[in-house]
Amino acid sequence: MQQEVVLAMLAKEPSHGYELRARLRHALGPLGEALNPGHVYVTLTRLEKAGLVTSERTDGLADGQDRKVYGLTADGQQRVAEWLAEVSWPKPDLAEFHLKLVAAAAAGLADPLSIVDAQRRELLRRLRDAQRAAMAEPDGSDAALLLEGIVLRLQADLRWLEACEQSWTGRRSRS
Amino acid sequence: MSYTDDTVVLRARGLRKHYGHGQGLVRAVDGVDLDVALGECVAVMGPSGCGKSTLLHLLGGLDRPSSGEVWLGGRRIDQIGERGLARMRRSAVGFVFQAFHLMDELTARENVELSALLAGRSPRAARRRAADLLERVGLADRAGFLPSALSGGQRQRVAIARALSNEPLVVFADEPTGNLDSAATVDVLRLFENLREAGQTLVIVTHDERIAATADRLISMRDGALVDETRLSGGTTGQLGALVGLEG
Repeated sequence: MQQEVVLAMLAKEPSHGYELRARLRHALGPLGEALNPGHVYVTLTRLEKAGLVTSERTDGLADGQDRKVYGLTADGQQRVAEWLAEVSWPKPDLAEFHLKLVAAAAAGLADPLSIVDAQRRELLRRLRDAQRAAMAEPDGSDAALLLEGIVLRLQADLRWLEACEQSWTGRRSRS
Repeated sequence: MSYTDDTVVLRARGLRKHYGHGQGLVRAVDGVDLDVALGECVAVMGPSGCGKSTLLHLLGGLDRPSSGEVWLGGRRIDQIGERGLARMRRSAVGFVFQAFHLMDELTARENVELSALLAGRSPRAARRRAADLLERVGLADRAGFLPSALSGGQRQRVAIARALSNEPLVVFADEPTGNLDSAATVDVLRLFENLREAGQTLVIVTHDERIAATADRLISMRDGALVDETRLSGGTTGQLGALVGLEG
């Protein structure tokens, strides 16, 4: 996960690490389980070294790192503003898959259709997991909206695989 | 001859359906072997014209194969007479079609009830069964409506209730979400997921990846033959996390 995400989660108010983790878990629902709990602290340490975050020790019951309250520096605030304005969208590597089919067919190393089948299998498993997780969310949950996005992207990828299948089936019967 | 493996509820061996002759010969289904276990949900996917609907019709006894065998609940059904086959369809299987195929002049409840009556239930038992099933598909408050007064998704839910009215060994569904928008698709999806969890054996032919993804097993069909088979169970939210860049 990007450092900017942790940074932006601090923009609301200075917070303990465990509060940050709770905010992430709430926004991500079941996907938050994939987060390594130590990751937030590693990221905070890096951000502090980079001068984007400061920390202050507080007295309290919490142990170790959880005793610190983290807040944004002026540079940190500026970085958050820039990050929010950036347009980015993760790109699945379609070119790599496409070239795999082309290379496999050209070299006669593997049947492009079996490669398509294997890829479809993997995407359908993910689709099934995403759907189950989405159906288990209460109406209007933040995490449900994220899961819907995953479902729609997987559907788009699966449709492209169908186009790959048709195209490579056509090439095989012409040759 | 019969088989003794009682976890297999539906079995096909060397199933073929050919149309036409000579140059015009079409091999719609061309040598299919398939075992479906009790309580299993199997989805069959493939391009248009690959023979998947024809296969479904052969398995459900709506059509007869050119050659090969179909066994349902331990009984061979490809050779029994028309009347026996009709009786089998009324009592042992349920169908869900893309175009719903409800009786337009009957209410939702009557559509479900009729099917229970034809399967041999008493009028009282049929009425109770219809009420239970409409409740189960979330349409108890629409029981008295004609199909024309229901949305596409609601009509399909009535059709699913009807398919369950005779407590079928197997429910066969042919493109059950083909005519539905995305919200109605999710309703039907949920329903199939509930049926699967309740242990209903399901065979679904579909283009819709979302429906296919609810299956225990996915079969790809091409040119009348089954070419790939996948078990879809397993998987973790960790993989989903990877998909949105949440790893590490």
